[in-house]
Amino acid sequence: MDLSRKNKLLIGLVAVAVILLAKIFYIQIIDDTYKISAENNSMVYEIIYPTRGVIYDRNGTIIVGNKVAYDILVTPREVKDFDTLMLAQVLDTSVTFIRDKMAEYRRNRKRIGFQSMTMLRQIPTETYNRFAEVQYQFPGFKGQVRSIRDYPVNAGGNLLGYVSEVDAAYLKAHPDEYRSGDYAGRTGIEAAREKDLRGVKGYHIFLRNSHNQIEQPYKDGEMDKEAIPGHDIVTTIDAELQQYGQRLMQNKVGSVVAIEPGSGEILAMVSSPGIDVSQLADFSRHYNEIMNDPYKPMFNRAVQAPYPPGSVFKLVNGLIGLQEGTLRPDSMFPCAHGYPLADHRPGCHGHKSPINLEEAIMMSCNSYFTFALRDILENKKYPDMDAALDKWHEYVESMGFGRKLGSDFPSELGGTIPTSKLYNRLYKKELGGWKFNTIKSISIGQGEVGVTPMQIANLAATVANRGYYYIPHIVKESPGIEIDPKYKERQYTMVDTTEYKKVIQGMWRAVNSGAGMGGTAWAAHVDGLDICGKTGTAQNPRGADNSVFICFAPKDDPKIAIAVYVENGGFGATWAVPIASLLVEKYLKGEIADNPARKAVEQRVLDGDLMSRVKTD
Amino acid sequence: MEETFKARSMKQSFDWKLVLIYLLLVLIGWLNIYASIHSSEPNGILAWTSRSGKQFVWILTAFGLAGLIVFVLPPRIWESASIPLYIGVLFLLVAVIFLGVEVKGSRSWFEFGPVRFQPAEVSKITTSLVLAFLMSRPNFRITKLKDFLTAAAVIGLPMLVILGESETGSALVYVGFIFMLYREGLSGWFLVVLGMAILTFILTLTASPYTAILVLIALILLFNFLNGRRGWKFMLLGILYILVMALFPKGWNLLCESLIPGASLIGTVDPSVEMSIRQASSWAFLLRVKPLYFLIGSALVCLPFLLRLAYREKDTFLSLSVLAFLAGVVMVFSADFIFNNVLQDHQRKRIEVLLGMKEDPAGVGYNVNQSMIAIGSGGAFGKGYLGGTQTTYGFVPEQSTDFIFCTVGEEWGFAGCLVVIVLYVMMIWRIIQDAEKSREAFTRIYGYCVASCLFMHLFINIGMTIGLMPVIGIPLPLMSYGGSSLWAFTVLIFIFVVLDHEEKKYF
Repeated sequence: MDLSRKNKLLIGLVAVAVILLAKIFYIQIIDDTYKISAENNSMVYEIIYPTRGVIYDRNGTIIVGNKVAYDILVTPREVKDFDTLMLAQVLDTSVTFIRDKMAEYRRNRKRIGFQSMTMLRQIPTETYNRFAEVQYQFPGFKGQVRSIRDYPVNAGGNLLGYVSEVDAAYLKAHPDEYRSGDYAGRTGIEAAREKDLRGVKGYHIFLRNSHNQIEQPYKDGEMDKEAIPGHDIVTTIDAELQQYGQRLMQNKVGSVVAIEPGSGEILAMVSSPGIDVSQLADFSRHYNEIMNDPYKPMFNRAVQAPYPPGSVFKLVNGLIGLQEGTLRPDSMFPCAHGYPLADHRPGCHGHKSPINLEEAIMMSCNSYFTFALRDILENKKYPDMDAALDKWHEYVESMGFGRKLGSDFPSELGGTIPTSKLYNRLYKKELGGWKFNTIKSISIGQGEVGVTPMQIANLAATVANRGYYYIPHIVKESPGIEIDPKYKERQYTMVDTTEYKKVIQGMWRAVNSGAGMGGTAWAAHVDGLDICGKTGTAQNPRGADNSVFICFAPKDDPKIAIAVYVENGGFGATWAVPIASLLVEKYLKGEIADNPARKAVEQRVLDGDLMSRVKTD
Repeated sequence: MEETFKARSMKQSFDWKLVLIYLLLVLIGWLNIYASIHSSEPNGILAWTSRSGKQFVWILTAFGLAGLIVFVLPPRIWESASIPLYIGVLFLLVAVIFLGVEVKGSRSWFEFGPVRFQPAEVSKITTSLVLAFLMSRPNFRITKLKDFLTAAAVIGLPMLVILGESETGSALVYVGFIFMLYREGLSGWFLVVLGMAILTFILTLTASPYTAILVLIALILLFNFLNGRRGWKFMLLGILYILVMALFPKGWNLLCESLIPGASLIGTVDPSVEMSIRQASSWAFLLRVKPLYFLIGSALVCLPFLLRLAYREKDTFLSLSVLAFLAGVVMVFSADFIFNNVLQDHQRKRIEVLLGMKEDPAGVGYNVNQSMIAIGSGGAFGKGYLGGTQTTYGFVPEQSTDFIFCTVGEEWGFAGCLVVIVLYVMMIWRIIQDAEKSREAFTRIYGYCVASCLFMHLFINIGMTIGLMPVIGIPLPLMSYGGSSLWAFTVLIFIFVVLDHEEKKYF
């Protein structure tokens, strides 16, 4: 037994070869599991697709369901001569369509082989029934049942999202999870909970003979697996409110986001113009139309558009000033139709002067908040303005700006909040650098500030809660569906809860002082609802100003916080304020009060058409 | 005069049989590539756009490469250029992570227009050359720690980078160099430890940690006995221990059941019933003690005695055995962790399917199942060339690349498989024989490297198609479709052919 190492290795080599050959011998000669039959048969897997989970709103209304549709499949190899005219009539299509399709299959016959091709998609049940009666005359043609999405409520295509066949890029991003031919939720709620909604595919195994005809179930269906339907999802959406929001935002470009402050649940999310639900079920057919639409309906403004917030942002600067101690509720600052220290810019509207914080919020004084930010940035506590600005940035970020909020809604973007680094790059030191006057427009939410409607809605919720928020989210916990625990945790900002109370009275007076008293949002007033709000008018380099409004109500026990952003809508008070007040009234009271004034407001908003103001190039 | 001398020496000193086997495998590969695609791309075997046509071009260019190596390049160049080549390829391996294109989830290909190239294929050659170069230095001893670490680093560096490209299969091939190291004097126990680690991992996942540790102890005792320092008494004691421990779990369960009414129901009924069973008996605490604790506890009690024995008799093997046992226990307890947290999702699924932990014929198991049906349906003599149904309907994915062996199995049956495997074995056999005959260490070590690479590819690839190995995407040398792989193996083999020839020429 004295083998050289060479010989041991050679023995090992032969041993491995023998093991391989033994296994091959076993599966080829001994075990007949793998030899389905002597006549060159083979197994065919027929995939059974699960039905997708149903999507409910917060009150149990179905917002996305399923319905049955039929596809017409053709196996070109099995088609015999047939009556083209009759088939066209039965299927409600043209003779040329069928001829073209058959010609196309003939051209590609090598690639197609024995496969079935989908000739018509999603034909109605009546058409299918007509076809089924005469199907025997058309060998090679058959109908296939498919479950497709059904949208009983117009909740907006961007919120719900679409389901479509997976493409190569998607397959690559999810290896081993999908096969081509599978469907997956690609945007919106459908994508947010794709894993729960999709269910598990099953399969039936058949034997196929060498003529490619299916003969019988394999092992009498013993190895078959049934599909498991997808899990239903309960969302935080209020279907009524969502639909109403869709209607109010019709013919306007912009977005509405409503949040329940006490939970962070998103009650409504509208992006307008959006994808119509009628286009969702067969998204691929409308794909080009949607992509070429100059108003970009695919773009979900609610979570992606980095808008300048305008005066809404004064709340942020006021709160930071209070926390830093550079601003007190009784601080008085002058206004002379603008900021008096530098050529009256930013300008302001006519109101009394000087004023305190509460009045400044109520009347939305530009000058006041320019002073307030100046005091924050020139605070002697910090070595220089760079440090003060970066501290300010930290505060703003803690309030949910300049970063993603972490919502479960997909494709959320973070917006932008400037830092000293940005300004040092924009204004080079050797060319004079930057001073407070260079950047003062950020005090009123202009300049380099970009925020999404969801972020300002979250600001409204934070103020409503007096200093904390829950991360906005779209899916509610329900049996079998868990949500990330982070959605149940209070998120505190760097501003103490005591400071928040000091800005609320100003927001209340902005709405509830009555017309002519200087409150910028008096049009939002609804008797008995105690709405608190802050208007904004943000410059839009492409035409008329954007109209912005955030509010929450009722003041002492907030149930809803809303942000409305209307592009090219003019003053905040013009469009955003009435839209928000109608939504709050709808949500809290169930309907718009039956008095002529409110009905007139509603009618004016529904009739409003701002599309011609929006530049699309 | 010189002309005739050279011609004669070519004829005599070339390993023509090796070259012949090479040509046969390439030809068989090409014919089967055509068979695997001819129904989906119904063209002639030479049709320019089809895979068989392209492979023809690859084959011709590979012959060109072989000619270049044999007739043009000076054979000595490989020894002197080994280190720069190795460093260059290592650089490419890293660069491909940033500059390469992504193919099937791993970023390991460079793309130049229509041509793709995978540096991992070339790295096998350069690694072999450097190993041969370093290990053929006169004072190199693999048993010296420093030299061993050097060799390990030369192998490990490209292997780690390739793992970083998530080309697990290509990285696994490098494990094969251990056979070459063994030939060059590495202790055989390295092979044994590697084998035991794999066995323990598999047993932990498929059977139980208890079985895994018990088998580990049994093997370690057996090896100690075989190593010659331990006598029969030791062995008998060991066998007794193994037997007792093998029966222990059953006994423990019986004990529990006799003391606690309903204990056998634990784990099968719902938690509220379990609670009441637990509360009903004062012996319920026994249920918390798992037999595994006794096994490990009893083994740990023995360890100090064994260590003392090892110290007294200066038995290094025994002390290393103790170490191996401890490492094994750690591995058993981390196997679940590694399996669930370290492995990537798709790798885990492939192992689960291989070990029969999950049946999934329509999902991950699809490839293997279809591949085994294709091979199994071939029978003794196959369905005849171009007669396969699994093959022609395109049931087996990757049929012309990684699963080319299916076509052989289905259309040529067991006879075809036998021929192909015997050809590979002959090729590796000849390379080892030639390497052994060589007077130069460089040629010998390089030859063993080539043999190891071919062996690993052969075993992993064919093992995968017949369900002996998890699905690991590496090509079958010389037969699979693809230029990168064919070129790399051609160069790998022909460098050896020319080195071998260079030596024999002067005898």
